[in-house]
Amino acid sequence: MKHERAIERRRFLKGTLGAASLVALSGCDNLTQSSWFPASLSKAERWTEAAQRAVTPRDALAKEYGAADISTIFPANGNTDPGTKEYAQHVTQNFSEWTLEVVGLVQTPRSWSLATLKELPSRTQITRHDCVEGWSAIGKWTGIPVGDLLHHVEPLPNACYAVFHCADVDDEGIAYYESMATADCYHPQTILAYELNGAPLDIPHGAPLRLRFERQLGYKQAKYVMKIELVESLVGIGGGKGGYWEDQGYEWYAGI
Amino acid sequence: MAELVQSMDAAFRRGKESELSADPSASDMPRASDHRVSSPSAIERVYRHRLPVRISHWLNVPFLIILIMSGLQIFNAHPALYWGDRSDRDRSLLSIRPVQTAGGEIKGLTTILGHPFDTTGVLGYSGGMRRAFPAWATIPSARWLAMGRQWHLFFAWLFVINGLVFTAYALASRHATSDLVPTKKDWRGIGKSVRDHLLLRHPAGDEAKRYNVLQKLAYAGVLFIVAPLIVLTGLAMSPMIDTAFPWLLTVFGGRQAARTIHFIACFSFVGFILIHVIQVILTGFFNNIRSMVTGWFLVKHQGVTHET
Repeated sequence: MKHERAIERRRFLKGTLGAASLVALSGCDNLTQSSWFPASLSKAERWTEAAQRAVTPRDALAKEYGAADISTIFPANGNTDPGTKEYAQHVTQNFSEWTLEVVGLVQTPRSWSLATLKELPSRTQITRHDCVEGWSAIGKWTGIPVGDLLHHVEPLPNACYAVFHCADVDDEGIAYYESMATADCYHPQTILAYELNGAPLDIPHGAPLRLRFERQLGYKQAKYVMKIELVESLVGIGGGKGGYWEDQGYEWYAGI
Repeated sequence: MAELVQSMDAAFRRGKESELSADPSASDMPRASDHRVSSPSAIERVYRHRLPVRISHWLNVPFLIILIMSGLQIFNAHPALYWGDRSDRDRSLLSIRPVQTAGGEIKGLTTILGHPFDTTGVLGYSGGMRRAFPAWATIPSARWLAMGRQWHLFFAWLFVINGLVFTAYALASRHATSDLVPTKKDWRGIGKSVRDHLLLRHPAGDEAKRYNVLQKLAYAGVLFIVAPLIVLTGLAMSPMIDTAFPWLLTVFGGRQAARTIHFIACFSFVGFILIHVIQVILTGFFNNIRSMVTGWFLVKHQGVTHET
């Protein structure tokens, strides 16, 4: 009897083993193509977000480096020029007509010209930019804390997310956008930067305004920001996943 | 958690009991009867691997394969390694890239600490594609960073949970201290053990019932050094975790250094797995597999003769 059970157990384990190696080798691409499997895999994003937020103090700062640590070359990835007629005109005007709108679920929607934004109190931080591809670069960013802007417009209680709309579109005409939890906008290092390493932002790095959301990966750092929209849900915006890269399968929570 | 430890304890005690009650003469293993020696005591059945260890071991087989292969997919997105916090492209420790020769031919070039190696067909250029690791080594096989991350970050959770459960069990059951940590006597015999391994001479009889010193070092090294190292360096690459535990960056020498250590730890796992599987085959494949599946291991006692 005991022997039989052992054989049964052995057979079961052998089956499991065979299945496991099949899954790991030839079956992986089939699983990847299925609809249910990637959906299960993506559950890890919520576990990761919950765990990371639980262990990280809300206002814990990303490491700030010294001037000697700044990268000589700060790579510009993704779109390096919006390439639209409208943007080209802003370039010729040296962005004098560029405005930033903050709209959506707020008490008092507002817009600022680039010049008036630069008069607001700024923050300068030397931080590390971590690309999802694996590389890192260190740069000195100067900009306006996004939280300060939100204090001006007073988000409504149901404004769960801040969506950053950008001036760039991809080859297929899809507009770039990003989003973050409204609470993360108030992190002291979340800024809309207008300077990199002491000089006005250049076009490849997101002139005239780009987001610095220091505790998350590079693809969250939206360039060419024109509008911040406060919303209750990300459904219906772009592909509905909360950002251009998120719509292509990258995680919305990019803390790792 | 306490409940878990309790039930694992019970499983452990059951294991011990069955070990005590294991009467070699009662062995019903078919292989025992194959043996020429007429004395029944020449083959002893020992209960070698307890259930939690076996479960944890077999879970790690798919987990590690998936983590390694999806990790190589992620590596392929930026196939170079550095030290420190920055990735200055001109200061890489290792890079794998395709290069075009004067004749227009594409070659795979792997550069390690400034020394270039032609690795066409495997690294840098394989199957007509410009990619660091070849399609057969990555999950998914096509270049697809977002999907590789999804696989990697999901199975990383399972690997960590499995590792924590195993560690709790190994400590509570004293598996770690009594089976895996080398004793003073073990250390004294390390020279002999190295010699025996090189000559492919494997322990038999009572000596085969416990791990030899190199085995202990390999298992303890992988379980208690490489595995924690790979998890911590993985976490050190997370910008969020770096703000919660800034000491991770200090300990590992920066985010890019952590990425390099993560890669080295990965290949330590690959090396361990290769040697482990070879040893399993060399030292009695079926006996070893059976012991990790059912727990029972057969030990041959040579020179024990009962002439009655």
